[in-house]
This record gives sequence, C-alpha cells and structure tokens, in this order.
Amino acid sequence: MNELLRSVWRYRHFILSSVKNDLKARFARSRLGAAWMVLQPLAQVAIYSLVLSRVMGAKLPGITNQYAYSIYLMSGMLAWSLFVEVVQRSLTLFVDNGNLMKKIFFPRACLPFIAIGSALVSNALLFVATVAIFALVGHFPSSGLLWLPLLVAVNVAFSLGLGLLLGVINVFVRDVGQVMAVVLQLWFWITPIVYMPSILPHGFGQIIAANPMYYIVGGFQDVMLFDRTPDLVALGWTALGSLVLLALAFMMFRKAAPEMVDVL
Amino acid sequence: MIDAVLEVKSLGKAFRDYGSELKRFASWFGAHVTPKAEHWVIRDISFSVGRGEAIGIVGQNGAGKSTLLKLITRTLMPSEGTVSVHGRIAAILELGMGFSPDLTGRQNVYHAAGLMGFTREQIDRAMPEIEAFAEIGDYFDEYVRTYSSGMQMRVAFSVATAFRPDILIVDEALSVGDAYFQHKCFKRIKEFREQGTSLMIVSHDSGAIQNMCDRAILLQSGRVLKDGDPVEVMDAYNALIAERENSTMKVERLESGQLQTTSGTLEAVVESIRIHSESGEPIEFIDVGQPVELHIDVRLHADIPRLVMGYLIKDRLGQSIFGTNTHHTKQVVENARAGQAVRYVARFPMNLGPGTYSISTALVSTDTHLVDNYEWRDLALIFTVANHSHPHFVGNAWLPPHIDVTPCP
Repeated sequence: MNELLRSVWRYRHFILSSVKNDLKARFARSRLGAAWMVLQPLAQVAIYSLVLSRVMGAKLPGITNQYAYSIYLMSGMLAWSLFVEVVQRSLTLFVDNGNLMKKIFFPRACLPFIAIGSALVSNALLFVATVAIFALVGHFPSSGLLWLPLLVAVNVAFSLGLGLLLGVINVFVRDVGQVMAVVLQLWFWITPIVYMPSILPHGFGQIIAANPMYYIVGGFQDVMLFDRTPDLVALGWTALGSLVLLALAFMMFRKAAPEMVDVL
Repeated sequence: MIDAVLEVKSLGKAFRDYGSELKRFASWFGAHVTPKAEHWVIRDISFSVGRGEAIGIVGQNGAGKSTLLKLITRTLMPSEGTVSVHGRIAAILELGMGFSPDLTGRQNVYHAAGLMGFTREQIDRAMPEIEAFAEIGDYFDEYVRTYSSGMQMRVAFSVATAFRPDILIVDEALSVGDAYFQHKCFKRIKEFREQGTSLMIVSHDSGAIQNMCDRAILLQSGRVLKDGDPVEVMDAYNALIAERENSTMKVERLESGQLQTTSGTLEAVVESIRIHSESGEPIEFIDVGQPVELHIDVRLHADIPRLVMGYLIKDRLGQSIFGTNTHHTKQVVENARAGQAVRYVARFPMNLGPGTYSISTALVSTDTHLVDNYEWRDLALIFTVANHSHPHFVGNAWLPPHIDVTPCP
C-alpha cells in the first residue's frame, strides 16, 4: 500500500498532465470547450424544472424562493453527476487504457487518480455554475457549504469503490459495463433527486433507506438548499461502507493485476 | 557475469482459460481452481545480460519474442520464474504510444516522459535536447494531428531516448522515418552503448545481429534453443527458416501444385533442385558474386519428343530477376524416352543483392508453357544471398564497380 502510494507520488506529474490532457482532449476543436461540461447537466436540470416544477414546487416546505424546486434539483444533480462520472470512468478505466497498459509499464494505480482528477475538475466547474445560478435567482447558501468537501469525499469514496470493483470485473466479464448503464438509470430514479422523499408512498421508504446515494444526495441538498447540517450519523455509516467497498476494490485490483493485461 | 543488469530465471508465461470467469475470481480468493486450458507461450527461459552487453533476440513469428520482451518491460506478469532488473529499461518498440493528436509536440513530450516516470524538472532540463534531436522546427509547438507519421516518429524517438537507460530494447525492424533520421537514431544507440547501456535487439536480419551484438539468443516455441555467438545462432536460425520454407513448399505443392497438375501433364517432373558451390557442396546461403551451380534433375514418365527446361529467379516480392530456358540456349533434348533422367547444371556467378530469392521451374516443349506444359513449379527452391565479402550496396543486382576518385582537372 505504502509502496503503491509512493509510486503514485512519483508519477504525480504524469497524473496531473493526464488530467489536463483528458479535459483538453474532450473539448478539443469544440467552440464552447469546457462549457459543455456544465451545459449538459444544466440542460437536464432545465428540462426537469420545466416539466415538473408545478407538480413538485409545492412540496418543499419552509423554502420561500419561487425557484426552490430548481435549486433542489441542481443540488441533487451536482452530487449525482459526480457519482455517475466517477462510476462510469472507473468502470471502463482498464478497458479504455488496455492498449497503454499492454505496451508501457507504469503504476496502474495512477489510472484511478486520473479518473478522479478529471471528474473533480468538471464537477467543480458545475459547482461554480450552480452557485452562480443560485445567486441569480436570489439564493445564497451559507455556512452549510463548509460541509461540502466532506460530502464530496464520501461521494468520491463510494463511487470509486463501486466503480473500481466493477471495473476490475468488467475487464474479464464485459457485460458488467452494459448492465451498469441500465442500473445507473434505475438508480437515478430510486434516489430522491427529481422528487422529494416525502412524496413517496408508504413502503418505498425502506428501499430508499438502503440506498447510499440517498444520504449523499440528501447531504448536498441539506447544505446547498436547506442550509442545515447534513445527517452526520447516516453519512458516517455511508462513509464507513464506502471505505469497506474501496478496500475490497483495492484487494480485487491487487489480485487481478497480474492477469488483467492477459485478457485486455 | 559479475555485473548483470538483467537476470531472467526460469521464466514462464501461461495464458489460462478458466472456462468460467467465476472460477478465475474464485482463484484470486484462495480457492483451488484448475484452469480448463493452459497455454504456455514461453517457459524455462533463463539468461542474464551484463552491463554494456548487446544481445540479439531472434526467432520466428510466434516463438515468444514479444512475450519475453513484455515480461522484461513488466507490462506482463510472469506465471513462473523471475525477471530482475538493475536499472532503468527503455523500449523503442511502440513509438508514439500514448501520444495525443490534440496536444502539441511539446505537450506530448511532457506527457510521454511523465509516463516514463520522469519529473517535470527533469523533463524541463531535457527539453531543449529533445527538441533539437527531433529536428522538426516550428512543428514542435503544433498539434500532433498535423504531423506526418515521420515527424511523429522523430518526436517519439527523441523522448524515448532522451534519458540514457541501463537497458535499451530496440525492435530493429522499427522504422523511424527517413534514412537520415534512422542513421541518427543508430548513432545515438551506439553512443549509449559506449556509455554502458546494454542493448537488446529484436531482429530477423542476420546482418544487424552480427554487426551489433556480442551474443544472440534463439527462441523457438517459447524456449531458448541456442544462446551464444551471434554467427552460430544466426546459422541455427537460418536452418530453422529453411526447414520451414521447405515445408511451405510442400504445402504449395499440395495447394497450387495440384492446381498446376491440371495444366501440367507430369510427363516430366523435376525430381530435385539444388544449388551447389563450385566445390560441389549443396548450399542455401550464398555470398554475393559467389560462383554457383544450379542442379536440376528431371525424370521423364512418358516419351517426350522435345524437352525444354526453363528456370526463373524471383525476388521475395515475386518480381522476375532472371529467367531463361534451353530453347533459347539451343539445348533442347530430343526424343527422350520414358524412365530416362536428365540432369541440367547451370553455372553462373550469383550477382544478386542480399535477400531471399526463389526459383520457379518449367518443363515444356517450346519456348513457352502454352504448347506442352509437362510441369510448372513455383517456389521450387528458396535461397538466400548475403553480402559477406563486398562493400555495402543496395538493390537486387551486383554490378561490381570500379570507382576512380581523382581531383578535377
């Protein structure tokens, strides 16, 4: 473990330049460049706001802002887009970099760091855009935002643990990637992002309660919209679970590493 | 070897098929699972490379050369045995790997050198030298997508060799652009060698191996067949190739040979075809300009009123180099009887350039095979010409020059 971190540290320049290149390559030769990173999730928010704000707007008690529902959506979407990006990137991490891994030796542990790095940068841009829009509609989240780094850390730990675990399996059984595309869609709808947990019929509560993303997304909504301290107990359990998942993913990665290149 | 930079001990690599991936996963967690099928690509390979030594790795396609190199560069993990490396390895096998078309040459250099594990400061320091060596001028700061493949190779080679490694692995067949740059690359490799870098050269070219290497290793079916003096190893390798080419010749006879049977009547057949040296021993490897004898024995299975034998020498691309027949040389055998055998001996100096050539034979009745075609055989014999005793030259033909160099009047 120690040795692994040391080799990653030695390759820090490579990780940084890879993150930069990754972002650059994604938007090379497009007019709006990095703006696309924000425009896509925001467009989704705009669509949901347009369609659902009348239905959902009344269900947010204690918030007077007429754009309350949009703010709720954007808070949840900020958390969700980070989760999805990290999961999707780590899921195909080894398959996408298969050619490189086959040809050149470098610490493989760099790859997850590159994925997290570029996901964090695009999420930071989305965050800035989100706060700017909040300000436009007269909503100013305050001290609650101090919790945000912790929430982001738990979010990354959970999504990376899950993504890497599946990413390793995906090298050997490619169906995992296909299945996850569907699972993620379903997951989006069993997480209160578009709707509030209060509108759920009785009995659905248990399903939601078993969903770690419920606590993470809820935390984002707490600090960005409701301006209150997130549910730290639930978050603590989620963090613990994420760390276990991450450890499992790491162990799996260790075991799989010698055979990975054989099948790529 | 006191000072070994690379030690390979009973190295083996197997690709395992578990049948079900679940069994593979179970094997990681300690479950005792026997794979359904195990395919050993290389096995029992042991050798060491001393500091400053140059080693050639030869072997036919599929002998396990690339797998061995991948194990040495650590992109593949061994299934058994160990590879210990004392120092840094650089491989010029996959030039331009990891280059992004949407970055400039300079940015790609930072990225590629980072991938090799160098820090920003080290790269900064080496940058002027890398830029100068690539010699692509202002293109260095243009996007790589605007590069020609030769320019990309130049930048890639410059990065790959920007820092002197302890072991340099070179695929000799690798093309690094134009002749000028190729020359420059080999000069750099030679300089590294003088400074103590060990070389591993993968090549099919006996000349390159014999010129550059102190030692050669011949791989065959994943095992070391021979390890020693380059000349001896290359001889063993050439013998292997010849064996294989003979066997493909048999295949040829089965496939296209049978096809020929429909056009050839087999009333006369070539029983044997060999090249002999002047002193009468059969040879396959011929020096440029060496006097040789081409022996062709023909057996008749029917009475043939007029027998003409022709042969055609082709280069490896199938281009005709030289051909003639006994009709043109006015040596027609007339009224030959069934069961009779005729020996043709053609004596000529092998005035061909280095390379591999094949001979096709034709047994006919006139100057073409369109009237009576007794037998037509392609790839009847394959031989190799190498330049051992003349100054270097290129091309298919040996036109021995006499060059006068005098001051202009």
